[in-house]
Amino acid sequence: MPDSNIQEGAYNYAYLDEQTKRMIRRAILKAVAVPGYQVPFGGREMPLPYGWGTGGIQVTAAIIGQDDTLKVIDQGADDTTNAVSIRRFFAKVADVATTTSTEEATIIQTRHRVPETPLREGQILVFQVPIPEPLRMLEPRETETRTLHALSEYGVMQVSLYESIARHGRIAKTYNYPVMVNGRYIMSPSPIPKFDNPKLDRSPALQLYGAGREKRIYAVPPYTPVKSLDFDDHPFEVESWTECCALCGSRESFLDEMIVDDAGKRMFICSDTDWCERRR
Amino acid sequence: MSGSLLSAPILSARGLTKRFGGRIACRDIDFDLWPGEVLGVVGESGSGKTTLLNCLAGRMTPEAGAITYDSAAYGPVDVHGLSEARRRLLSRTEWGFVNQDARDGLRMGVSAGANIGERLMAVGARHYGDIRRTAADWLDRVEIEPDRLDDRPTTYSGGMRQRLQIARNLVSKPRLVFMDEPTGGLDVSVQARILDLLRGLVGTLNLSAVLVTHDLGVARLLTHRLMVMQGGRVVEDGLTDQVLDDPQHAYTQMLVASILPV
Amino acid sequence: MYVAVKGGETAIAHSLDLIADKRRGDRDVAELSLEQIDQQLGLAVDRVMTEGSCYDRALAALAVKQARGDLVEAIFLLRAYRTTLPRFGDSVPIDTTSMVVERRISGTFKDVPGGQVLGPTYDYTHRLLDFSLAASGARPHAPTAPVDSAQALPRVGDILERDGLLEPPPPGKSEGETAEDLTRQPLALPASRPLRLQNLARGDEGFLLALGYSTQRGYGNNHPFVGEIRFGSVPVSFVPEELGFAIEIADIDVTECDMVNQFAGSHDVPPQFTRGYGLAFGHAERKAIAMALVDRALRAQELSESADSPAQDEEFVLAHSDNVEASGFVQHLKLPHYVDFQSELVTVRALREEVEKRNRRAALDQAAE
Repeated sequence: MPDSNIQEGAYNYAYLDEQTKRMIRRAILKAVAVPGYQVPFGGREMPLPYGWGTGGIQVTAAIIGQDDTLKVIDQGADDTTNAVSIRRFFAKVADVATTTSTEEATIIQTRHRVPETPLREGQILVFQVPIPEPLRMLEPRETETRTLHALSEYGVMQVSLYESIARHGRIAKTYNYPVMVNGRYIMSPSPIPKFDNPKLDRSPALQLYGAGREKRIYAVPPYTPVKSLDFDDHPFEVESWTECCALCGSRESFLDEMIVDDAGKRMFICSDTDWCERRR
Repeated sequence: MSGSLLSAPILSARGLTKRFGGRIACRDIDFDLWPGEVLGVVGESGSGKTTLLNCLAGRMTPEAGAITYDSAAYGPVDVHGLSEARRRLLSRTEWGFVNQDARDGLRMGVSAGANIGERLMAVGARHYGDIRRTAADWLDRVEIEPDRLDDRPTTYSGGMRQRLQIARNLVSKPRLVFMDEPTGGLDVSVQARILDLLRGLVGTLNLSAVLVTHDLGVARLLTHRLMVMQGGRVVEDGLTDQVLDDPQHAYTQMLVASILPV
Repeated sequence: MYVAVKGGETAIAHSLDLIADKRRGDRDVAELSLEQIDQQLGLAVDRVMTEGSCYDRALAALAVKQARGDLVEAIFLLRAYRTTLPRFGDSVPIDTTSMVVERRISGTFKDVPGGQVLGPTYDYTHRLLDFSLAASGARPHAPTAPVDSAQALPRVGDILERDGLLEPPPPGKSEGETAEDLTRQPLALPASRPLRLQNLARGDEGFLLALGYSTQRGYGNNHPFVGEIRFGSVPVSFVPEELGFAIEIADIDVTECDMVNQFAGSHDVPPQFTRGYGLAFGHAERKAIAMALVDRALRAQELSESADSPAQDEEFVLAHSDNVEASGFVQHLKLPHYVDFQSELVTVRALREEVEKRNRRAALDQAAE
């Protein structure tokens, strides 16, 4: 969005008008009251396209204040173009401090990763969600998935996991791995790698999930149990690498694979840029 | 609260009436089904027998009348007075429904093992090995080769799909099974094997069942009692052998007479 | 030695400069004015207003200019701007019966009271590229008959309805009832007809065109006839709280299509023709007709017809009609997905290794025999 469109005073604080923010906050409160339940909300068109994080942006815009410090990451990095674009947007329309440090941030908006640095009470993690409905690829109809959630009829999800084991010998789902929240609702944790799922379980931070195009908000309050679905004899497992990070030596973080020459030589580097820098 | 009073019917209908616009599909149907009984409903197409079955199984709502089911979970319940949640739960645990076309009663896109295991997983089974073993056991009981456990029903013959549908229903040890022309559309020789299988399973599992069919041979083989429907009404009922050997009503007599002698 | 590349900020800034440059193009070529776009590319402006859900020719022309003629991008721009506008309230429903008509035709009768007014249309042109347009030059104005704005043309639909041959239009909103608004609340399924029509009105013309076309080819045919198409201007009235009575605040151009479809009835209920409805800002007959076809298709269940074609599937149609949503999600695939992909790589490699290990073992066992 060209800078010249944002003049002084032309937009409300954080872009959205106060009524819209109130509507979103009401949806957030409802979501927090029923962990994992998808609350429909009247999402607006934003200056960024659907699919680029409008849900996360609307949630952040509704909760951000001048005392906040905002961090925005995409694929774990602060400097990917989309993270840069969103951070610039809020710096302009919300006149708020921004940071690349997970520890210093009060609000962290993220696409597809949870920070490696453990979060603490008082922090809010805002997830960008493309498809909020965890059953969507098994049942395309919203009218039916709504009923399945209401009646706790989750057989179809367990069937898909069984089928994966029957075909591949293991549950082959690697990202957007479905979880059971507070023992009641099956939720999509957004397309984070399953590596990050354990971080959601009883996290001291508040997790908010925004899906702009599908117009749903859901939440996991602090210290809520979040369990990745599995079978007793095929328990949930996270990814692992034989290599360590080439820059900081970490063996505990999610590693990106870089192809460094024409012969296909590979190098592995922490996906979380802030985490990696701190260790060096 | 269990409904295991041996003197109570497992399923009762009183004054059951179902209309489609101006047309009455079934009118004032009364009957009692006793535990361990197989009740046949016969008639030509258009007699209302399938509509009756759908009303009994909670798939259609009648305009008048009551259907009472003696459930293990809640005691005697009015089938159409139940909340949707409870009715859906009953239909996955205490009931079975065998459709004429197996594709309507199976998930064609997942393996046979997943199809059979679904009811178990829906009520909380979480051990893959156990679920798989139970599914394999059931494949065996319905006479499907064990190496077909991971195949999808799209690769099965019509007869195999029907047997799979039966296994998928019976794995949850239902007390009451509804069957809509379970052998319709299948080869005569295939039909015979499935009828044999059903007869055996109904006996060993002590199932109660309502079986809709236009085929009097099927009725003879599987049912204890018979209701004959014509134009939405029951015109005759009684013990199967009696009705078929000594039909009283003119319509029944015509039905029986039109079976080609083999 | 690999060094993590930083510089996303700079790259974005340069990209913005480049696109602004491309948009302007060759500086020796005269810049487009908004008036030129509004006047000479008016149908593009009409479409952007309709799907942008905002009637303002200047804003729509600006969006077309900024988007370099990419209308879906222009629609997005207008919608995003609309988000920032304050809402004063709902207007009084427009009355198209009293439209000052520029064009009005009916396919169901050869002649109708008020006549078939051909008006401005491409329908009777021969699609031969007119090279005289490549040069500029003054064109004389077309002669027009004087417009009798006092005479409202009676609706063909009303004539049929009077005789009981056509079902009455569905009841409008009652006194004090607020209209549902898709721009303020999420789509709730099953949807009411007003919500469906709103969704279709701002839906992508191409999508509706394809679906409408599919019904004509047998995917849910509903035997359509164009009862009436009218294009012209209607006043918009609003009741401000301070005044308590209606005032006219604008005149807008709209295109309206009344479709007459497959009759419904039974043994006891006398058959009547059924309706489909389409409405668009500006002159947009293709959109209005397509919308009316899809509207009627989506009424299949209500009219007890079998509904197994895509155009009759409410969830399918309404969830995918919005091109701003569709464009965003389709194009978001360009965003980095390398973390998700990395997870998949790890798993696929592990699975491949397992299969290869099994095959090697099987080969060894065979060799041993």
